[in-house]
Amino acid sequence: MREETVKADNHYFRPFTPFNIVAGIIVVIGLLLTVLRFTRGLASVTNLSDYTPWGIWIGFDLLVGVALAAGGFVTSAAVYIFGLKKYHSAVRPAILTGFLGYALVVLALHYDVGRPWRLPYPFFVQQGTTSLLFEVGACVALYLTVLFIEFSPAAMEWLGLKRARNLVVRLTLLLTIFGVVLSTLHQSSLGALFLIAPSKVHPLWYSAYLPVYFFVSSIIAGLSMVIFESSLSHRYFKDKMDPEHLADKDNVALGFGKAAALTLAGYFTIKVIGIAADNNWHYLATGYGAWYLVELLGFVALPCFLYAVGVRDKNLTLIKWTAVLTIVGIIINRFNVSMIAFNYHLPAGERYFPSWMEIGISIFIVTIGLLVFRFIVTRMPIFCAHPEYKNTH
Amino acid sequence: MSISRRKFLGWLGTAGLSVTLGRSAHSATNKHFSGYPDSNGVLFDGTHCIGCRKCEASCNKVNELPAPDRPFDDLAVLEKNRRTHSGTFTVVNRYAVASAPGKPLYRKIQCNHCLEPACASACFVRAFVKTETGAVTYDESVCVGCRYCMIACPFEIPTYEYGEALTPRIRKCTLCHPRIEKGLLPGCVEACPTEALVYGKRDDLIRLARQRIFRFPDRYVDHIYGEHEMGGTSWLYLSGVPFRDLAMREDLGNLPAPSLTKGALSGVAIVAGMWPVLLTGVYAISKRKDKIAETEKSEAVAAAREHADAETKAAVEKALAQAKKEKAKEIELLVKKALEEAAAAQKEAAAKSETEEDA
Repeated sequence: MREETVKADNHYFRPFTPFNIVAGIIVVIGLLLTVLRFTRGLASVTNLSDYTPWGIWIGFDLLVGVALAAGGFVTSAAVYIFGLKKYHSAVRPAILTGFLGYALVVLALHYDVGRPWRLPYPFFVQQGTTSLLFEVGACVALYLTVLFIEFSPAAMEWLGLKRARNLVVRLTLLLTIFGVVLSTLHQSSLGALFLIAPSKVHPLWYSAYLPVYFFVSSIIAGLSMVIFESSLSHRYFKDKMDPEHLADKDNVALGFGKAAALTLAGYFTIKVIGIAADNNWHYLATGYGAWYLVELLGFVALPCFLYAVGVRDKNLTLIKWTAVLTIVGIIINRFNVSMIAFNYHLPAGERYFPSWMEIGISIFIVTIGLLVFRFIVTRMPIFCAHPEYKNTH
Repeated sequence: MSISRRKFLGWLGTAGLSVTLGRSAHSATNKHFSGYPDSNGVLFDGTHCIGCRKCEASCNKVNELPAPDRPFDDLAVLEKNRRTHSGTFTVVNRYAVASAPGKPLYRKIQCNHCLEPACASACFVRAFVKTETGAVTYDESVCVGCRYCMIACPFEIPTYEYGEALTPRIRKCTLCHPRIEKGLLPGCVEACPTEALVYGKRDDLIRLARQRIFRFPDRYVDHIYGEHEMGGTSWLYLSGVPFRDLAMREDLGNLPAPSLTKGALSGVAIVAGMWPVLLTGVYAISKRKDKIAETEKSEAVAAAREHADAETKAAVEKALAQAKKEKAKEIELLVKKALEEAAAAQKEAAAKSETEEDA
């Protein structure tokens, strides 16, 4: 009887929750597809072609994944560099989300590239420094390391490694600055990847400002992900949170919502400037133009307005849903640049649409992320300060 | 964007890159690379091509490529437009052109061997090299299989072995580099029965093409495709109809691929150099603001305390004085009372003794 009560309290002893069942099925399918990918090649699982070498494993797993993992650098910069200490409780969850996001990006790349064990080649064998992809690779590799170190104090508090933990905490400012530099570089470089193909990306999305667009929109993605992740966490992990975290929740949503509204306004402005700079106005009257306007008005201007209203009225529900709208907008933007507006010149028969197996692998990787996130936040001091280290950071 | 700003960024970028990498990024200067001197190329003359597919067959043979589904002498495959793929380095397509009805026109597709190749610029392991002989070669021993070269190539040439699970390669025409080193002609050129393909020094080929245009102005469009497209290519094309009718893109521009990314690349050094300064500055400002706020706070607290102290002191003193005053008054009163009592007692005693004496 007593044992049963313990089991009921701790949901890890209940393996058959709906979430676990669905996650389990996804993981099993994912593993089967993994076997297929590494025995039969990309042809057996993807719809990639010689015209379209990059599909959703790049468009979603890499481009969207990296953008949505920007919460780590945005939050740590706000707290440790800009001195907005009232958002301190948001740092650890954001760093964790960022770290997992980047780790999953690297995992996803192992599926996409032909010979994944050669991924270190660009650094150790032959350096193609004229490639934007070299920059992306170098910065992502370095930033993943930085995020790991930034995250490590939580793990070391859990494991009781006091001296190592204190040493790392002393490096916080240095790591934060390094993280912002690396993030600026690779977030923008992901956009710059497409600069080399002006003949393949529709002129409405191709711009010399692509790197700037990707960087600015990654800040928006990071801010929105912190709001979104925090509202989900408060729903499912409330019992893991200490009073400071619970008290700061609304503050974080209001502050980050305000920042997102301002950044979206700036982003909208530079997008319009881009159209004007290349004199692309006439394309707005085409089919692609209509889709461009959906993105610009529905997923940039609208969330900008809604965030502003939400912050003015202190309407947390509105802010939460605006965060979702903004994240959808970022996904649409990355899909547009990498897939929808890419190869716009080809006849419909040659265009790309992902196979269910490609989508399956992407869902599999997101699911792994959720499972690892749950494993960590239920064990390590992420939503709370460790009792031994209260008021030390 | 004005030239001078771009140049300025370019200089800074070059300085940064060459300091860190020890190699010059000449894309960031105003130097123009017009190909290695005496490098070779091929001139394709569309007015000579008869669509016999002999070049395809020869290419297949010399490169030891897998046998095709349908034999090379089966011209029915021309019904459909094809592209290169991992087992085919070159294809010839037939195009029905409105301006020349009833007269089919052909165009051969293969790697154009750009003077400044997009694939080589995009490759993060330098698997592609523009050799001085003109060929753009590929080294599979370093290739990771990221397929960025395929994204970058404006001619959609590199193909990939999607069916290979663990050892996929990029496949494309090599301009028969191994054969050229042995002093042989490229397979396709050697097989061409109509001299639609001419191999030679690129500069000579341009002269030859100009000569043909000059001598037969009615036969040719006055343009050598590949002389300037994407900064110039080692393959050059002559045609009797506009090149767009042969499905060749006329909107690629004349900028070589590396110039498209030089701005973004030069930005790297600037961000890496200046962001730490900027961010440390922001940190210092926020820290200083905190410090000032802290000092002001403690000063205000101290002042308030002092003020409070003085007030208390005054109040205590006042209370003390009051108490003293009251005490004095009380004493005075008591003394007065005692004196009065004493006087009364004295009076009484005197009266008593008088009565006793009387008695």
